[in-house]
Amino acid sequence: MEHIVIIGNGISGVSVARHIRKNSDKQITIVSAETKYFFSRTALMYIYMGHMKFEHTQPYENWFWDKNRIDLKEGFVSKIDTDKKSLEFSDNSSLSYDKLILAVGSKPNKFGWPGQDLDGVMGMYHKQDLENLEKHAPNNDVCKRAVIVGGGLIGIELAEMLRSRKIPVTFLVRETSFWNGVLPAQESELINKHIKEHHIDLRLATNLKEIKADENGKVKSIVIQETGEEIPCNVVGLTAGVTPNIDFLKDSGIETGRGIKVNRFLETNVKDIYAIGDCAEQHEAIGQRRNIEAVWYTGRMMGETLAQTICGNKTEYKPGHWFNSAKFLDIEYQTYGWVFSERNKKENEAYFQWQHPSENKCITISYDKNTSKFLGINTFGIRMRHEIFDKWLTENQSIEHVLEYLTDANFDPEFYKLHEAEIVAKFNQENKTDIQVKKKSWKRIFSKA
Amino acid sequence: MKAIKNLGLVIFLIGLAIFTGSIFTGNFSLTQEELNTYISEKGYKSEIIKKELSAAVVTDKSLNIFQFSSRVRAAFETSNNHYDELIAKYDAEKNWDKKGEQYQYKIYGKPHTLSYEIAKKAGSGFVKENAGLMWFLTFGLGIIGALLFIIPNLVLLGKPGIKNDGIYLESATNRGWIAWLVLVYLVTFYLVLYFMADYAVNWTFILDPISNFLGNRDASQWFVYGFLYCTIMLTMGVRMFIKYRHNKYQIVRTISVLFFQIVFAFLIPEIMASLQLPEYDFKNAFPLDYDFFFDWNLDNLTNSGGIGLFILVWGIVLTLIIVPVMVYFFGKRWYCSWVCGCGGLAETLGDPYRQHSNKSLNAWKLERWLIHSVLVFSLVMTIVTLYCYFSGTQSFLGIKSQWIKDTYSFLIGAWFAGVIGTGFYPIFGNRVWCRFGCPLAAYLGLVQRFKSRFRITTNGGQCISCGNCSTYCEQGIDVRAYAQKGENIVRSSCVGCGICSAVCPRGVLKLENGPEEGRINPTEILLGNDVDLMKLVNKN
Ligand SMILES: Cc1cc2nc3c(=O)[nH]c(=O)nc-3n(C[C@H](O)[C@H](O)[C@H](O)COP(=O)(O)OP(=O)(O)OC[C@H]3O[C@@H](n4cnc5c(N)ncnc54)[C@H](O)[C@@H]3O)c2cc1C
Ligand code: SF4
Repeated sequence: MEHIVIIGNGISGVSVARHIRKNSDKQITIVSAETKYFFSRTALMYIYMGHMKFEHTQPYENWFWDKNRIDLKEGFVSKIDTDKKSLEFSDNSSLSYDKLILAVGSKPNKFGWPGQDLDGVMGMYHKQDLENLEKHAPNNDVCKRAVIVGGGLIGIELAEMLRSRKIPVTFLVRETSFWNGVLPAQESELINKHIKEHHIDLRLATNLKEIKADENGKVKSIVIQETGEEIPCNVVGLTAGVTPNIDFLKDSGIETGRGIKVNRFLETNVKDIYAIGDCAEQHEAIGQRRNIEAVWYTGRMMGETLAQTICGNKTEYKPGHWFNSAKFLDIEYQTYGWVFSERNKKENEAYFQWQHPSENKCITISYDKNTSKFLGINTFGIRMRHEIFDKWLTENQSIEHVLEYLTDANFDPEFYKLHEAEIVAKFNQENKTDIQVKKKSWKRIFSKA
Repeated sequence: MKAIKNLGLVIFLIGLAIFTGSIFTGNFSLTQEELNTYISEKGYKSEIIKKELSAAVVTDKSLNIFQFSSRVRAAFETSNNHYDELIAKYDAEKNWDKKGEQYQYKIYGKPHTLSYEIAKKAGSGFVKENAGLMWFLTFGLGIIGALLFIIPNLVLLGKPGIKNDGIYLESATNRGWIAWLVLVYLVTFYLVLYFMADYAVNWTFILDPISNFLGNRDASQWFVYGFLYCTIMLTMGVRMFIKYRHNKYQIVRTISVLFFQIVFAFLIPEIMASLQLPEYDFKNAFPLDYDFFFDWNLDNLTNSGGIGLFILVWGIVLTLIIVPVMVYFFGKRWYCSWVCGCGGLAETLGDPYRQHSNKSLNAWKLERWLIHSVLVFSLVMTIVTLYCYFSGTQSFLGIKSQWIKDTYSFLIGAWFAGVIGTGFYPIFGNRVWCRFGCPLAAYLGLVQRFKSRFRITTNGGQCISCGNCSTYCEQGIDVRAYAQKGENIVRSSCVGCGICSAVCPRGVLKLENGPEEGRINPTEILLGNDVDLMKLVNKN
C-alpha cells in the first residue's frame, strides 16, 4: 500500500490527510514536532485569555485519528533523503515514504535585532510560544510591561492577550498608521483609535533598535531606533510577520525561495514531494494573490486540492475570489474581493466609503472608476454573507448593483440595526444617483451564480 | 470599582448566610386547642395520632424545626404502625370486616409534608414576627449585594464586546472549589425543597406578607421557590444585559424570558389563586407540564366552570398546534430560550456555566437516548393516566396509574429537572435538564430537525476552527464541526440562544428563519475553492 507521509499537522496537513482518507485506502502518517493532536493555531490567544482550554482548540476528538487510520508520529524531521525516500528525525530514527507532503507552516520573523534571542523574547506562533508567554507573563506582577514589535494581525492579538491580564503594553508599529499597507486610511485610523481606547501604548512610525538584557540574560528593556528612548519591560513579543519554516530543507535538493517552490499542482521540483499551506510558494502569483499565502483557509484549500491529485484525479490549485476576516480587539473585520490601501491601489480603483457617526462601524467598497465594476469590500463592525459577495464577484456586478441589493448580503445577528439605507443615501448623494435599496429576498440569496 | 464589587460580594454572602441560617431559628409548638382544631380540620380519626401529636408538639420546650419535624414524623409513624399491625393481625385471623375497618385510621402522605403542614401553624419567633425586616436581610441584601457585584462590570469589562476573559482561569467558572461549593449548596437546596419542605418553613414566613398581598394566602414552599426564581432571574438578567450589551438579540431574548417568567409563571397564577380560580401557567406546555393530564388536575379544571374548560382546551391546543407551528416558523428557540422558565433560569443564573456542557460524540449519543426515553416515559404515563381516568380502573397494560405518576414525579420531576438539572449547573453546565431530560424539548427538537425554517447559517469559508462556538454552546453541540465544513447547523437540541454567533470572532454564524429548501447543505469543500472542484467533491 502506498505510504503517504505528511510533515506538519496544521490545517493544511490535516486537510490533505482527511481528504486522502475520504477518497482512498492509502497508508497515511502525519508527523509533527509541535503537538500530537491537531489544534487550531488561530485559537492560541483564547487559551491565554481564559476563554478556552487547550483541549477546546482541538477540532477533532482524540479517537478520530485511529478511527480514520491516520497514524500520528511525534518528532522533528531534521533531514530528508529524497533518493532513498526517507525522513531522518532528530532522535536518529527514520521513516520511509512513497509520497511526501510538506505542510510545515511558518515561523516568526526575526530581523537580526540585537538581543532577539534573549530569555523573555518570543514570537506567537507555536504552542511552545504560548507556554513561554505563560511563564514570562503570568500576571502583571511578574511582567510589569510588555513590548510588542510589529503591527500586524498577530501583534494586535498578542496585545489583546496581554491586556486581558492587565499587563501594560507598548506596541511598536513601523507604519505611520496601523496596518495601512493593507487597510485604507479610514479603517486604519479607526483601529488606531480603538487600540488606544484599550489602553495600549501605540507607537506609530517606530522601530526597534535593540533589546537589552539584565545580568541573568533576561530581557530588561528595549531601545527605540528613532528617539533612543529606552523602555523597561519583561517581555518582548516579535510579531513582525512570518516566513516559511524551511531551514531543515537546506541540503535536500528541494527547490526553495522564501518558501518551498511549487507549481499549480502543488508539486515541488522533486517527484512525489509536494508542499501546501503557509510554506508553499507559487512560482507565479495566482491572480492578485501573493505567492505565499499565510492564511488558514488557503492551507485548507491546498490540502483539499492536493488530496485529489494524490488520489489520482490530478487537480490544479485554483483558489476562488479572495476573502478574509480578522478581529481587532472588539472590532470584527471582513473582506471580500480586493480592496487595496491607498498606498497600493491602482489608478483605476476608486473607493466608496461610509462610516458610522458614533459606533465602530465602517465600510469601504472598491470599484473600477471607469466601468463601475465592483472589486471588493471591507466591512468593520458589520458582518456580510460570503456566498452573496462570491456570487457578485463571479458575475462581475457593478457597485450600483451591490448597493441596491446590499440587504441580501447583511449577516449581522437578528435585531441588529441595519445601515443599508444610510450607506446608499451617502452614495446617491456623492454620485448623484438614485439607487433604491431593495428588501432582503431569500430567493435571491439562494440563487446560484 | 473592584472594591465595590468585593463589597457587593460580602453583602451578598451575608444575605445568603442569614437566609440559610434562618432555617435554624424559631420555636415550634401548638396549644392543645390549636392541635385539636387542626386534627378535626384534617379529619384524622385515629386516637393514637391525637395522643402522639399532643405529646410531641404541645410542649413548653423550645423545639427547633428539626426536633419538631422528627417528633411529628415519629408520631405519624407510630400511629400508622399501630394500624398496620392490626391490619396484619386481622388478616392472619381472616377477620375481613375488622381488617377493612382499620384503613380509615391510616394517615397518607409524605412524612415531611405532614410535618410541614403542622409546622406552618406551629412556628413562632423572630423570623415570623419580623417578616419585613427579614425580607430585607435575606432577599434585600442578596439583591443589593449581587447588583453591587454585577454593575461595576459596566466599567470593568471595558468596551462592549465579547468578554470571556478569565473564565477558565477562575475557580468559580472553571470547576474549581467554588463551583463545587455552589453545587453542594444548590443540590441541598433542591433536596430540602422537594423532599424536606418542613425544614424550610421559616422561609415561607418571610414571604407570607407578599404571598398574602398577591394571592391572598400564606406562602408555601412553592411560593418561596417561585419568588426566589424570579428574583434570581431578574438579578442575573441584569448581568446578561451588561455582558451582552453589544448584542441586541441577547438583550431582546433576555427581556422576553424575564417577562414570561415573572408575568406568566409567577404573577398570573397567584392572581388567579386570589380570585379562587385554578392556578395555571399559560405558557407551560405539556409534556413539560407533566401533570396537566393527572386526574386531580382534570377534576380541578372540569370543576372550575368556563375558565377551567378554557385552560383545558388551551393546554391541548398549545401542545398540539401552537408549539409545533411556532417551531416551524422560528425554531424551538421561541420556547426554549425566549419563553420557558427552565430555559430562563439557565440563560440567566446558568450563563456563567454554559461552557461546561460536554461536546463529545458520546455525550450526544447519551443525549438522544435519554431525552427520547423521557418523552416516551411521559407519554406512556399520560396514556395510562387518561385511560384509568376515563375507564375508572387502577391500571392499564399492567401499569398502575398511581405508581407510574409517582415514579415520574420523583425521578423526572424532582430529581432530573430540579436536583440534577439546576443543582449541577456549576459542573455540568446550565442545560443538563433541557438537553438530556425535558420531554417537551425532545418533541420540539423533532419538529425542528425535520420540519422547520430555522437554521444556523454558516458563512461560507470564513471559519478558522477556533472553537469558541462549540465551547460556549450550552447544549453541547459541536458547532465548529459543522462550521468548519461550511455546513449549516440543523440540530434538534439547538435552543437558539445565539451565543455561538455572538462569540464567533469571524462572523461565521447567523441564526435565521428561511426557506426549508437549502436549509441543510452538506458540503465537503468549502466556498472559496474553485467551483469545479466543489462540484466534483460534493458529488461523491
Ligand atoms: C496567533 C495566530 C493567529 C492566526 N490567526 C489567523 C486568522 O485569524 N485567520 C487566518 O486565516 N489565519 C490566521 N493565522 C495563520 C494560520 O494559523 C496559518 O496560516 C495556518 O495555521 C498555517 O497552517 P499550516 O498547516 O500551513 O502550518 P502550521 O499550522 O504552521 O503547521 C505546521 C506544523 O508543522 C510542524 N513542523 C514544521 N517543521 C517540522 C519538522 N521539520 N518536523 C516535524 N514537524 C514540523 C510545526 O511544528 C507545525 O506544527 C494565525 C496564525 C497565528 C500564529
Ligand atoms: S467560533 Fe466561528 S470561527 Fe471559531 S470555530 Fe466557531 S464558527 Fe469557526
